[in-house]
Amino acid sequence: MELLLGIDLGPHASFIWAAYGAVVAVIGGLIAWLYIDGRIQQRKLAVLAERGVRRRSARRA
Amino acid sequence: MQTLTQRLANPTRFMELSGSVLPWIAGAAAVVIAYGLYLAFYVAPPDYQQGETARIMYIHVPCAWLAMAVYAMVAMSAFGFLVFRHPLADVSAKTAVPLGAAFTFLALVTGSLWGRPTWGTYWVWDARLTSVLILFFLYLGLMALRSSIEDDSLASKLTAILALVGIVMLPIIKFSVDFGNTLHQPASVLRVGGPTIDTAMLTPLLVMALGFTLMFVAMHFKAMRNEILRRRVRALQLAQVEKAQASQLAAAE
Repeated sequence: MELLLGIDLGPHASFIWAAYGAVVAVIGGLIAWLYIDGRIQQRKLAVLAERGVRRRSARRA
Repeated sequence: MQTLTQRLANPTRFMELSGSVLPWIAGAAAVVIAYGLYLAFYVAPPDYQQGETARIMYIHVPCAWLAMAVYAMVAMSAFGFLVFRHPLADVSAKTAVPLGAAFTFLALVTGSLWGRPTWGTYWVWDARLTSVLILFFLYLGLMALRSSIEDDSLASKLTAILALVGIVMLPIIKFSVDFGNTLHQPASVLRVGGPTIDTAMLTPLLVMALGFTLMFVAMHFKAMRNEILRRRVRALQLAQVEKAQASQLAAAE
């Protein structure tokens, strides 16, 4: 990784990569969860709309 | 006559506004974080004592700041919900909690990984580390409390009260490095008298902090949009059930 990026992080490189890796994993997981959750809710609303169940404001529109 | 905050806090208006600004905020966050990482790895010098390990600071400090800032936002939203009874304030509080918990977890993990080569240990039970761990448990407690109560309205009220009580943790964390023995360094950026950190390291740190803040705003907007959609789904499902029950009753009569 360091060769790829052209940097030398010294003898404690593993701690630095582990810290950055943890941030990427957790933030990446959160973003994926937010995206999937949004899709699930939109799909549920679409299924209800197909059955004719809509909000009053949506019916007006 | 609606006030400006009432108009802006309307869920439908929020969906319109957030839908149009969300891609821009997310894009800005990605660009700023990419620039911050470039500064952190290619421009900022290694620390004269800690060497390259100090580069963990560029993710640890933004996570730690957000851990506290998000909690302050949760408490303000809880106050807004309890006092003004606005459902969007409850949506804001509910959706910020898991994000705040994630940033607190990351502050603890990255701090621990920074502590091992710097202090010689992953963990010490000093005031700063322990108070941040309590903040993490407080976030988990808010999530557990809300999910353990079936009545949504009651769950919102009780978690709002706990969130307001928990705000006492913020000054404790902030000033924990000033009392008692601690391995954690005292404040070097947000302090009376200005930052003590060199500009070569302060600039990448502030750029990363800005990038992380924009990223949080984008994630919070998305989480709030999801929660509003979830509540609409629940309301429609409930209305559908009530309609079916009413038609059954009418048929029976």
